[in-house]
Amino acid sequence: MTDLDEEAATSLDAGTVASLSGAAMTAGQHLTGTGGDALTVDGISVRLAGREVLRDIHFTVRAGEFVGLIGSNGAGKTTLLRVILGLQQPSAGVVRIDGADRPRHAPAVGYVPQKVLLDPDMPLRARDLVGLGLDGNRLGIPLPTRRRRQLIDEMLRAVGAGLFGDERVGNLSGGEQQRVLIAHALISRPRLLLLDEPLANLDIRSEQEIVELLARVAREQQISVLLSAHEMNPLLPVMDRIVYLAAGRAASGTTDEVVRTEVLSKLYGQHVDVIHVHGRILVVAGRGDGPAEPVGEDGAHCAVPDWL
Amino acid sequence: MTHLLRMIVEPGFFGNAPVRVALLAGGVVALVSGVVGMFTVLRGQAFAGHALADIGATGGSGAFLAGINPLWGFVGIGVVAAGIMEMIGIRRPRGRDVATGIVLGAGLGLAALFLYWDATFSNTTGATISVLFGSMFVISGSTAGVIVVFSLLALTVVGLLYRPLLLSSVSTDMATVRGVPVRITGLLYLLAMAVAVSLAALTIGAILSTALLVGPAATALRLTSKTGLAVLWSGLIGIAATWLGILLAYDSFYWPPAQHGWPVSFFVVTLVFVFYLLAQLPAVGRLSGARARRARNGG
Ligand SMILES: Nc1ncnc2c1ncn2[C@@H]1O[C@H](COP(=O)(O)OP(=O)(O)OP(=O)(O)O)[C@@H](O)[C@H]1O
Ligand SMILES: [Mg+2]
Repeated sequence: MTDLDEEAATSLDAGTVASLSGAAMTAGQHLTGTGGDALTVDGISVRLAGREVLRDIHFTVRAGEFVGLIGSNGAGKTTLLRVILGLQQPSAGVVRIDGADRPRHAPAVGYVPQKVLLDPDMPLRARDLVGLGLDGNRLGIPLPTRRRRQLIDEMLRAVGAGLFGDERVGNLSGGEQQRVLIAHALISRPRLLLLDEPLANLDIRSEQEIVELLARVAREQQISVLLSAHEMNPLLPVMDRIVYLAAGRAASGTTDEVVRTEVLSKLYGQHVDVIHVHGRILVVAGRGDGPAEPVGEDGAHCAVPDWL
Repeated sequence: MTHLLRMIVEPGFFGNAPVRVALLAGGVVALVSGVVGMFTVLRGQAFAGHALADIGATGGSGAFLAGINPLWGFVGIGVVAAGIMEMIGIRRPRGRDVATGIVLGAGLGLAALFLYWDATFSNTTGATISVLFGSMFVISGSTAGVIVVFSLLALTVVGLLYRPLLLSSVSTDMATVRGVPVRITGLLYLLAMAVAVSLAALTIGAILSTALLVGPAATALRLTSKTGLAVLWSGLIGIAATWLGILLAYDSFYWPPAQHGWPVSFFVVTLVFVFYLLAQLPAVGRLSGARARRARNGG
């Protein structure tokens, strides 16, 4: 086992994450009592360049829930997350984020964008970026207190980035940067964490670790996680609910409710088959008169992946 | 030893009043340019910085024409230009270069007119030279005072906006989500940059002030991975280049062609460039960790 593996293994120790934020825990327990919705997306439509990219999207995310936002390339995942964050104006509909019971200065939402260009020339260490998640909006120069350093160290370790805290973020690999960005988003203890394709750069092992980490954070700190992905299978063990985007519309519910032939065929506007193999789910398009193919971009056909 | 020192620091160097003012004003301006310039480089706004400096020439030459202190011309026009750039859309990645270029073009057109008038209608024959290449040795005591005030202003703005600026140069979306008012932050920074390049226009000249803005910062990037330290280094490198430049310019009075002295701006800018080249040596990058340290993978 290499250093990195050991680090990753310890990082997945539940105690690390739990010890991170007693405050968030109590806030969370309180919320479980009230059973509030962390996020409500109500009738969101978005027009971009004259085209309706999203049409009448409805769903809710409850406190502590892990929700997968699944859709192929161009389905509108990034657009929807940006609308939720207020970075993009919808043409119709409202987004409600329950920001009650927040400690002062802590934002209600943490965000990991799909792509962040981190220049290797930038004199910014991983720990600096995580620190900016803590207080990046404050004025003045951060005081290097022991408490601040401890908090950052704990967070880095919790996401399995403890070994490269002092390196430039721009020099880290895509997967390493992903962990640092997650730490940046988590350190302020948001109620709701939005991640845009955080698994896209990861190998299978890291993918599993990140998914487990996020699932545990959601459970233990009552942080609601909404994670976009084009592939639902890595999320199946942890997803409480799924929001499936296709052809500009969404279906939401538990995986069993949504990922069914009738529901998805209606969503795509064409016949698709949902096939369960070895605990994985494949969504394939076809009318029984030709070879079945996995559904790609907005119902268009795409190449058969090699694991099929 | 004293003899050697005498050879480097010509007699009378520190006793000379213009030199003392130059050391003070030049040093302060270099510090501001270095500190502000680090964020210019991080934010990828070197073009905007250069444009603001060039446009400063418009203000400077206009001020000469009107017979007022060029400092007000430099700073006034810089602030106006920064405001217009922000309005046209410098915050959009694509709009940035366009907004800068449009404002730059308009500004330089006016500068050409003013400099022409300066040369033709008024007897300020040195106007063109001093606007374009600075006037480090003819700064009056009162102007030096104003320079220090403006410098403190620019340093305060950048010091206060340190974290918001840093986060929004990583990603404006992440900064917005974290509660940074990205637009006003960007505008305030642009104003601080306008002040920095205007002050540098006064000391080393409007067309050379970009060198002092970008050069020390680009050098400091290689010396450390710690952001705060890099900002500090950038300021110090600017000061070192300026002070050494002043010293060499003073000494050059005795160099051929004798009794004229070389322009101080030339020395400052050349030293900035030399420092930059030295920092590109592979050994420097390794020392600082600017190149990835991969030892951890080896175990
Ligand atoms: N600024 C824009 N102007 C016009 N069209 C846009 C804009 N941004 C996105 N779109 C379109 O909106 C659709 C949804 O884009 P979005 O980025 O949300 O997809 P996505 O699901 O995140 O895809 P991916 O998996 O590739 O990241 C795409 O068809 C895209 O072309
Ligand atoms: Mg996307």
